[in-house]
Amino acid sequence: MPKITYREALKEALREEMQRDSTVFLLGEDIGRYWGGAFKVTDGLAEEFGDERVRDTPISENAIIGTAVGAAVTGKRPVAEIMFGDLTALAMDQIANQAAKIAYMFGGQAKCPLVIRTPFGAGVNIASHHSQSLEAWFMHVPGLYVAVPSTPYDAKGLLKTAIRGNNPVFFCEHKLLYPIEGEVPKEEYTIPFGLADIKREGTDATIVATLYMVHKALNAAKELEEKGISAEVVDPRTLTPLDKKTILKSVKKTGRLVIVSEDCKTAGVSAEIAAIVAEEAIDYLDAPIKRVAEPDTPIPFSPTLEQYVIPDEKAIVKAVKEIV
Amino acid sequence: MFYRKFTNSLEGEIRLITNLAKEKFVGMYRRMLEVRFFEEKVFELYAQNLVPGTIHLYLGEEAVAVGVCSTLRKDDYITSTHRGHGHCIAKGADLNRTMAEILGKKTGYCKGKGGSMHIADFSINMLGATAVVGAGLPIAVGAGLSVKLSKTDQVVACFFGEGASNQGTFHESINLASLWKLPVIFVCENNLYAMGTRQSRAMAIENIADRAIAYGIPSEVVDGNDVLAVYEATQEAVERARKGNGPTLIECKTYRHKGHSRVDPAKYRPREEVEGWLAKDPIKRLKEKLLQANTLTEAEIQRIEKEVSAEIEEAVKFATESPYPTPEEALEDVYA
Repeated sequence: MPKITYREALKEALREEMQRDSTVFLLGEDIGRYWGGAFKVTDGLAEEFGDERVRDTPISENAIIGTAVGAAVTGKRPVAEIMFGDLTALAMDQIANQAAKIAYMFGGQAKCPLVIRTPFGAGVNIASHHSQSLEAWFMHVPGLYVAVPSTPYDAKGLLKTAIRGNNPVFFCEHKLLYPIEGEVPKEEYTIPFGLADIKREGTDATIVATLYMVHKALNAAKELEEKGISAEVVDPRTLTPLDKKTILKSVKKTGRLVIVSEDCKTAGVSAEIAAIVAEEAIDYLDAPIKRVAEPDTPIPFSPTLEQYVIPDEKAIVKAVKEIV
Repeated sequence: MFYRKFTNSLEGEIRLITNLAKEKFVGMYRRMLEVRFFEEKVFELYAQNLVPGTIHLYLGEEAVAVGVCSTLRKDDYITSTHRGHGHCIAKGADLNRTMAEILGKKTGYCKGKGGSMHIADFSINMLGATAVVGAGLPIAVGAGLSVKLSKTDQVVACFFGEGASNQGTFHESINLASLWKLPVIFVCENNLYAMGTRQSRAMAIENIADRAIAYGIPSEVVDGNDVLAVYEATQEAVERARKGNGPTLIECKTYRHKGHSRVDPAKYRPREEVEGWLAKDPIKRLKEKLLQANTLTEAEIQRIEKEVSAEIEEAVKFATESPYPTPEEALEDVYA
């Protein structure tokens, strides 16, 4: 199977869906022919599909999403890019109060097939306004789907599903994932939402991880294996809907759970998953649930400070060893 | 680009009356009465404890919604606000289902999930009311972009108040619509007060229309209590939009007869001001003009009033007799 990067996989998904469906169009800041997207995901698409369908916008995040909402409820399938996940704060009304609620508050009359793509994540020394992981904000808004692909294969399959669906999808990417390579088939495929993927099978402990943390969890699992501990790595792939079944099944098998997420620990992704397991599978647990997450601080600039707050393999290994 | 302020010329109005087909006129008068009688009835039902929550009545502003929507086709879009009953009715929404929604009934437009502040009728391209002030503007721009991408000649009328013009969305949206030459008519209903905050306490300018200059689009200040003035200004903006010549901002100076919402006695408004505006009641004014121009007789007007009253009574009957949704329906429609 050919190997391509996460960035290329996203672009392939956009290109194929734009070829397949003329109502799909892209909008965002500097996504067009002059820049190709801050992370180059849309590079070349304006040349291929024209400036009308790969639409550069002014720096107006709330209006970018609002415009996408208006286009979505009138028959288009917009894919909006917000350059950095942190900047979704500027568009929060349109995301959380408008897009997410249109199906419900109008009693099912309308659908809002909108995809919002944005990169989260720390690790490149760009500090407090360009490094956060805010997935949990969007999990807290009924009416949104939240996708968190960790590999090129998942990125392409999930993005295609997001574009074809009839609901607003908050599509989380991660800055450090863009150059990562992985196998992606040439043939057409999509990945349904709410279907976790077991990235590595194991028997002694379950590690649930998302986005870039999946790769750190896999490294940690390799290290644990050398120490005789068999860890299973479960990647939910979408946080809403969340594949509780696969997570619970794995926990019931291993009896131990470590959740790794790059967002802040308090009220974060890991809190929700821990609560579900506590509610529905506590009798299967042989040890307390462990959470590896960022401390409750903004992301600092200096490399020594930044590396200190980002969860790493060492922390994951330590957490697993504490409960096995 | 032009910037125009209204002149109140009866001569101009009579000319317009004679140029417009009689049916168009009667239609506008009837619609305005529908809004008026509907809102009076909602107020009455509220007093009888039949309306849950709150209400923001459109009483006094009827000429704006009706003047604007009378220039639109069924396939043209509108976006609406928390004070949106008038927009729905003017666009042609069903009175029964509108009333049922306000009462929280299953037969309402949104099956009781939206209520007074979130009525929508997508079958007539009424894209819904948003209760976040200023949030409808970018959505209207999106509908305009959709039209442009589809290469049709539909237009979008976007209603909002003067208070919304202080939101970032107003500026972001008009900039985008101007930049992309989208067929959007931004209709500012300037009723002078954002809740209790008089316009002069929220901005240092008198006319919202002035703000259009910053974005390079034409704008106009019109007497929002004169349905003909609103109609004429919108007609021009609609023609421009249909031809692909971009958006317009129309500021309609108007006044709400009641307070901001059900709990508001509006004591912050001087009595002389209120009386002055009540004397400029848009329905009374239109009626006088129609009689002056011999378009309608007193008897015809009375007949219309009677018919509209009957329609409203029918809507009340439909709404009050309709069932409430079952509690579990609260869990439906979260996703399409």
